[in-house]
Amino acid sequence: MRPHVRFLSDELLQQILDEARDLLAAVGVEIHNPAVVDLLHAGGARVDTATGRVHLPGDLVDRALATAPAAFRLYDATGEATHAFGSGEVTFTPGSAAIYILDEATHAVRHPVTADYVRYAKLVSRLPHIASQSTAMIAADVHEQIGDSYRLYLSLLYCEKPVITGAFSAEGFPVMRDLLVAARGSAESLRERPLAVFSCCPTAPLKWSGATSQNVVDCARAGIPVEYVSMPLAGFMAPVTLTGSLVQHTAETLSGIVISQLAAPGAPALYGGSPAIFDVRYETTPMGAIETMMMDCAYSEIGHRLGLPTQGYIGLSDAKLLDAQAGWETGIGATLAALSGIDSVSGPGMLDFESCQSLEKLVVDNEICAMVRRLRAGIEPRDDFPAAPLFQELFREGHLLIAAHTRRHLRHEHLFPGPVVDRAQRSRWLEEGSRPLGERARAEVAHHLADWEPVRLPAEAQAALTERMSAEARRFGMDRLPDHAG
Amino acid sequence: MDTLAQLAEMLQRGEDQEVLRLTREAVAQGLPAGRILNDGLIAGMNVVGERFKRHDIFLPDVLLAARAMYAGMEQLKPLLIRDGVPARGRVVLGTVQGDLHDIGKNLVAIMLRGAGYEVVDLGHNVAPAAFVDAAEREGARVIGLSALLTTTMPVMRQVVELLRERGLAGRVRVIVGGAPVSADFAREIGADDYGYDGASAVDKVAALMEAR
Repeated sequence: MRPHVRFLSDELLQQILDEARDLLAAVGVEIHNPAVVDLLHAGGARVDTATGRVHLPGDLVDRALATAPAAFRLYDATGEATHAFGSGEVTFTPGSAAIYILDEATHAVRHPVTADYVRYAKLVSRLPHIASQSTAMIAADVHEQIGDSYRLYLSLLYCEKPVITGAFSAEGFPVMRDLLVAARGSAESLRERPLAVFSCCPTAPLKWSGATSQNVVDCARAGIPVEYVSMPLAGFMAPVTLTGSLVQHTAETLSGIVISQLAAPGAPALYGGSPAIFDVRYETTPMGAIETMMMDCAYSEIGHRLGLPTQGYIGLSDAKLLDAQAGWETGIGATLAALSGIDSVSGPGMLDFESCQSLEKLVVDNEICAMVRRLRAGIEPRDDFPAAPLFQELFREGHLLIAAHTRRHLRHEHLFPGPVVDRAQRSRWLEEGSRPLGERARAEVAHHLADWEPVRLPAEAQAALTERMSAEARRFGMDRLPDHAG
Repeated sequence: MDTLAQLAEMLQRGEDQEVLRLTREAVAQGLPAGRILNDGLIAGMNVVGERFKRHDIFLPDVLLAARAMYAGMEQLKPLLIRDGVPARGRVVLGTVQGDLHDIGKNLVAIMLRGAGYEVVDLGHNVAPAAFVDAAEREGARVIGLSALLTTTMPVMRQVVELLRERGLAGRVRVIVGGAPVSADFAREIGADDYGYDGASAVDKVAALMEAR
């Protein structure tokens, strides 16, 4: 049995769903995109010309839910399946789009540049418990208009894992789609074997910008999966109560599903989100708040009830350094995410309200992910019954260290984290240099970077990527891309 | 692969029956016992030790290799004596008086035997004089003392003092270990060394055997 946590009773969950549907029908959503408004109108939505709001009737929502797939896969750059969303497996991806990096050498927070991104992508390629990469940082050494596509470009060149990404504008999408097509070989193979998921964020409350709603439509038509990332801020841009914010989250996410499914029935998507409480003392949106995590788990329950795979920004921290707060907020979040069965967990590596990535934290979080994946696997009987023979062996031999039962099950039953997690005797720890966590993590980053292996993408695909990216950079006045091979 | 390389390989895999068979085969081929020991058994065990330290393999693998080593050693022992090959050395081991906890001590015994040492295991609840008598009687160069209880740790000091009284200090070295024991404690009572786990005990014993 997989261990499981639940926050919503059946009755409450149904009531939240009902209220969200009523909200969509009665209040509607504001959509800053005439083409998307037309699409919804043609699909049966009522457009209020006076207010500009689009009202989504219940049957339209039902039709969308009926065609939204319950499961889909992701494939890495070599075409190998890596994710089976909807299968019950919990996967982890780094928190995305940080504007800062915590520099390992100086401990300073600064804007990341190309070299940082490359080190990040190489590191993720080596971490066994981080199943996908995300475009986790925005390189400051290229024009901001290509900030979205440039991250994807570097990701595809330095790491084979699928990419959780997103376009910053409607114009960014075609460039990013071209890069994915170049890596995969053709638009058809990209549709057959998705290599990326695009985050598409409605704006609280109940609003879609022109760019994000267009991204939803474009992704659906290209067969590129999306994750809807609704972000109600409890007490500020959403009701202060967790239940009230969940109603808003549900309505915003359902509206995204309707747009996707009208654009292309059957379009794959994750029922995602990044809600948070609003801390009225600091005017911040704590991702490490327990209530934030509770909302994540609760909307994932709603998504699963609707038969959809889910995503959440959970398992990250608001700490500014790799300190105890970073560890506990990430650990609690990752544990809850695993116990809730969130299909794609976005968080590892991230600090400071989703604004700062840390490579050391990423290797620490990789071990946290390993532990919670073990937790998720639960407790199962393995040749344990009848019990008496094994105990007879224990009494006869004095120990079970080399028993056949031990040898058969040791490596599955017990997780062996490290070297970041420290389990040495104090004397050994002293003998090995009394290294604190940060130092062990730093050494581990260096070790992984030294062992990085080049991406097995055909040379012509790599050349096509560079050609497309260079052309886009030239449009914004950059004669050449920053050197990244060194 | 020649017989000794195969022997080292089977030892690493903890295949005691294969190690026994290959040891006999090497003897039948007329290979000197000292070479079978060094280039077969000990060569394999060295790899096991290194891989264990790197966490490539775990304690059960080491213990299986140790069991295989022991199987091979039993075959070789009379031949090594006949050929006058110096033994790796003898260690007297026990849990000190008042303490019945012998799991750690047993682990150390298995690993020392696996490394080719002869172990005289006195069991648990062993009086200071029994350690010193056994060391003298058996010609052991090292005494290993184990304790789990803080209340029995002072017995370790008594063993060190008794060795000094009998003029054996320096000739018979003392290594201590057990959960509450530390390197500082070892220094404080005048013990020669401290092992924090089975593998470190083997390394430290090797150094103590050399140090003369």
